[in-house]
Amino acid sequence: MSIEVGGKTLETDEEGYLVNLADWTEDVANVIAQAENVEMSENHWEVVNFLRDYYNEYQIAPAVRVLTKAIGKKLGPDKGNSKYLYELFPYGPAKQACKIAGLPKPTGCV
Amino acid sequence: MGAPDVQAPPLKAYPVIPILQADAMAGSRPYVAAEKLNEAIGFPGKLVDGWQAKAVAKLGELRDRYRSLRVFLDACVHCGACTDKCHFFLGTGDPKNMPVARQELVRKVYRRYFTFAGKHFPKLVGAEDLTESVLEDWYRYFNQCSECRRCSVYCPYGIDTAEITMAAKEVMDSIGMGQKYTNEIIGKVHKIGNNLGLPGPALLDTLQTLEEEVKEETGQDVRFPLDEPGAEVLVVTPSADFFAEPHVFSLIGYAKVFHAAGIRWTLSSHASEAGNFGLFIGNYDQTRRIAMRVREAALELGVKRVVVGECGHAWRVAYSFWNTLIGPFDFLDARHPVPQHVCELTYDLIRRGAITLERERNDRRVVTFHDSCNVARASGMGGIPRGQFILPRAIVRAACTRFHDMAPETIHENTFCCGGGGGLLTDELVELRVKGALPRMEALKAVVDEHGVNFMATICAICKAQFAKVLPYYKFDMGMVGGVHQLVGDAIVLGRND
Repeated sequence: MSIEVGGKTLETDEEGYLVNLADWTEDVANVIAQAENVEMSENHWEVVNFLRDYYNEYQIAPAVRVLTKAIGKKLGPDKGNSKYLYELFPYGPAKQACKIAGLPKPTGCV
Repeated sequence: MGAPDVQAPPLKAYPVIPILQADAMAGSRPYVAAEKLNEAIGFPGKLVDGWQAKAVAKLGELRDRYRSLRVFLDACVHCGACTDKCHFFLGTGDPKNMPVARQELVRKVYRRYFTFAGKHFPKLVGAEDLTESVLEDWYRYFNQCSECRRCSVYCPYGIDTAEITMAAKEVMDSIGMGQKYTNEIIGKVHKIGNNLGLPGPALLDTLQTLEEEVKEETGQDVRFPLDEPGAEVLVVTPSADFFAEPHVFSLIGYAKVFHAAGIRWTLSSHASEAGNFGLFIGNYDQTRRIAMRVREAALELGVKRVVVGECGHAWRVAYSFWNTLIGPFDFLDARHPVPQHVCELTYDLIRRGAITLERERNDRRVVTFHDSCNVARASGMGGIPRGQFILPRAIVRAACTRFHDMAPETIHENTFCCGGGGGLLTDELVELRVKGALPRMEALKAVVDEHGVNFMATICAICKAQFAKVLPYYKFDMGMVGGVHQLVGDAIVLGRND
């Protein structure tokens, strides 16, 4: 499977996650988000950028509490919870936000 | 892609055996594992040349290796007692999801190659060659069995149909037809130590965050120790407990229990997973290798007890198989159960008055309890008959004032699977998972309507993730599901040392 972004063909897995993390750009994120019916706002980018930074350091997306804590610090305590994240990414913050951020899908009993 | 467009079946006031819909779920097919995922765990990467002969030989090998499998293949008289006991049949109406019919997909091949009548008069006895279309049926329909073993409870011969599912999966793995979700996860455990692929530094960072959060909430220095030698207790728990909600609330609950009881405990980055997907694919060697990490961690850290967190099939593997799989555990303290379930630990502490729960703190909740298949039908607790039903409920009742069980034919050993067990908890199977949850959702709706239940406690990470996903399809709030130790964590009194 693949997606087209700016005339380039990028390989994805069966579920639309990027195969090569290095392929990711903001344009790619917008294309994936569109397919997910997510309209990227500044708040979405805040989450996506945090996921990418965390992944670069730890080779895994952050746990939900790590994410909500970081978002709460940045955007205010009323946003530091998973309810807010589900508003941004209705199909689950971990999976949908990871996909848009170009990160692998979290696996396991999640 | 977004949320898949799946229509949940309507909830009925009482269970009705569905009208048959042939091939209703013939399109349900999980992703086949990519070559490198299969090869990473020692399986052939893709469908091998001469797969038919190799598959038949593998089935023969399993039949000779496991006497149980041979009995289960031979003993079925097709009486049909199991037909309407399967949540996937009840939810989909696909006749191949009647347990007897699903198992027949293997039995007809078994008869063809391993019985006199099947070898010589296949048509007379309904024996069939293992053709490509039969293999395709295997792949689709054995990935529509969650190995929950509810049908086995009603089988007059006691046939463990899950063993046949597991055998089919093992045969398919041996010829390169592995399933992506399970095999990718098994690879991550071998390489990183847990199903998520959460490396040690990320785990440490996560646990430190939890310490800070609990300190902010409670003012107490509740610890989440990692790799601390000399601790009394090693806790192995599903890695979802570190990562996801509602799972993490139970992890916080365990930590508070240890804190309040003054027991020194630790998690391990080497054995940072209780789950063992080797069981789901019926593979002894994978199951053993995954479990061995727990033994290695226990020895290295020098602990006296191993406690298993809220994970259904992990408890089955620990309770029923660890002793022969990775034992003996003669280095652990025999005064405690070996291994010990976190519910056994907490129940014992409550009974002895070593921890105090204030039930009123959970007064906003009206609670029911969902028995997880592997705990209910494949394990015990507390060293007493039916302890696996009694202990978790006793803890819930100690943590809440209002508790109501669901209908008796849907709890205890009759419990209905959440619809996501056995290696099916993957997004491409959402339609199956939604439909398979139907019987549990019907039982839940009855106590919601009658008693105002707003919280379903459970002790399995798969159940939690599955219900969080499918509850909204049935117009329930996803936050209705949570762990037993989530309730404990909210009710426990901290900061008292008397």
